[in-house]
Amino acid sequence: MKALLKTRLLNQRKLNSIKKDWQLYLLVALPVIYIIVFKLVPLYGVQIALKDYVARIGITGSEWANPLFKHFINFFNDYNFWRVIRNTLTISVYGLVAGFPLPILFALSLNYLGNKKIKKTIQMLTYAPHFISTVVIVGMLMQFFQTRTGMVNQLFTYLGMEEIDFFGTAGTFPHMYVWSQIWQNLGFSSIIYIATLTGIDPALHEAAIMDGANKLQRMWHIDLPGIMPTAIVLLTLNLGKILNVGFEKVLLMQNPINIKLSEIITTYVYKVGLASAIPQFSYSTAIGIFKSVIGLILILTFNKLSKKISESSLF
Amino acid sequence: MKYKNTGTDQVFNIVNGIILAFIFIVVAYPLIYVVSASLSSPTAIIQGRVKLLPVDFSLGGYKAVFANGAVVTGFLNSMFYMIVGTCVNVMMTVMLAYPLSRKGFYGGKAITLLLIFTMMFNAGLIPNYLLIDSLNLIDKRAVMIIPKALNVWNVMITITYFRTTIPDELLEASQVDGCTDFNFIGKIVLPLSKPILAVISLFYAVQHWNSFFDAMLYLNSEKLVPLQIVLRDILVQNQLSMDMITSLDPESISVRENLAVLLKYALIVVSSLPLLIMYPFIQKYFVKGIMIGSVKG
Repeated sequence: MKALLKTRLLNQRKLNSIKKDWQLYLLVALPVIYIIVFKLVPLYGVQIALKDYVARIGITGSEWANPLFKHFINFFNDYNFWRVIRNTLTISVYGLVAGFPLPILFALSLNYLGNKKIKKTIQMLTYAPHFISTVVIVGMLMQFFQTRTGMVNQLFTYLGMEEIDFFGTAGTFPHMYVWSQIWQNLGFSSIIYIATLTGIDPALHEAAIMDGANKLQRMWHIDLPGIMPTAIVLLTLNLGKILNVGFEKVLLMQNPINIKLSEIITTYVYKVGLASAIPQFSYSTAIGIFKSVIGLILILTFNKLSKKISESSLF
Repeated sequence: MKYKNTGTDQVFNIVNGIILAFIFIVVAYPLIYVVSASLSSPTAIIQGRVKLLPVDFSLGGYKAVFANGAVVTGFLNSMFYMIVGTCVNVMMTVMLAYPLSRKGFYGGKAITLLLIFTMMFNAGLIPNYLLIDSLNLIDKRAVMIIPKALNVWNVMITITYFRTTIPDELLEASQVDGCTDFNFIGKIVLPLSKPILAVISLFYAVQHWNSFFDAMLYLNSEKLVPLQIVLRDILVQNQLSMDMITSLDPESISVRENLAVLLKYALIVVSSLPLLIMYPFIQKYFVKGIMIGSVKG
């Protein structure tokens, strides 16, 4: 009896609070509808990876694939499978190894620059490339690395070196991709480290100075441990996204010559699914799911690992 | 605190200075080069005489850019998508974030879970395409705005901001005075949230201005495509129709080719300008905005 009364009271309270907050519910309605329509409903369509999708019949009407995992199996047996996986991993691991430490180094360096004005100027300038669109970045690459008129080759000839046809040679693709990416994002990725560094207790530095520590020692023993937790969380996040190599940029940089090294999972999904003469919706969706599942496994694994090693983790 | 620079510190300072100078030059040089090249004469670029500053100053590239109908249409379309899109984005974000930031908002937990779930699981290219197709949005202006009406990450940042900067006492006091939720948001929350509104507006605006792939997927009509598609055609696929340069005194094919190079540099500058002009004004809010949105919460 008492319990019943209590639940009734609770329900009454809920009802009251809903009534009182009706304006909030009105506000939230449209965004929630948006989320349901544009984020949840497409998940229903994911089932076509297990079906033989025919556009005319629709998602529900299409037959289940036989065997059920046919499209996944086909992908594993696809002669492009290993090439696409290898390219994806090469580009992303290269990008991570080269690109992850640099913003940290940059932030540490900037932190020890005495002159505030120069500091601000450098910071502001290094953020700028982040706002340039992918299309323009690729356009700039193409201008800079052109054979005759590009500034890089003009520098090469000036130095007495051989000209390189960068877009006409497959091997240069990963380097151009990764280093232009670093160029574009160095400043912006360092913001979070710079902010963390300013949050470090100045008393630590003062104490270290009293003990006679020099700047390098302070950087090593105070600043680096200070930004470690942030760095590890970011690293975990990046490792989880390792299969999500910048799709648009790769697609724009691709040409028949570098395709051997530049075809990655996402561009392959696009080509098989939408860009080909005979779109294979089911097959393409299956490849996409494969990628997401691997990504999820990776992020969970690395999260566990980083928890063990450093006691800081994402969740 | 004053202290003496020891010998090792001086070495440190020098090495540090060199590292920073190197990074500065590497980042700045391509940017300066593009601007200088766009203001130089085509022959100076081709001959490699442009090193740092413009050589044989000319505005030919810019004239060619603005004489090009496709570029102008694209520019105006992009402006439209960016302005309308960003307004929709910011409105939707506040509409979702404010109620979720309120304590005791019944059902808020369920909605937050829904948000996190959609962040973790994305349906991928094809199912999304099928949805857009079935909603009849293909080749409509709305396709550049409605499917991108909200970014969950920005919602999360905004929720955290509201929670940390709008004190509960303020709400209580206003409720005592008989203020409705709508009034509270309009008169108190929004004016107090300018920094976060500035940051998410910039994020959304950048996203709209730079978006290229969805336009490529969903838009076919030439009069609807945003600038990025025009840029791709000219800069990346090299589909520079020669008649757009013909008007500018074409003596020979090589002159046209040279002008094409110049036009590309000018185009790079013109297309990046709106954001580069905007961002110094908002830059001061960055660190705060990004820290709030950072994974540490």
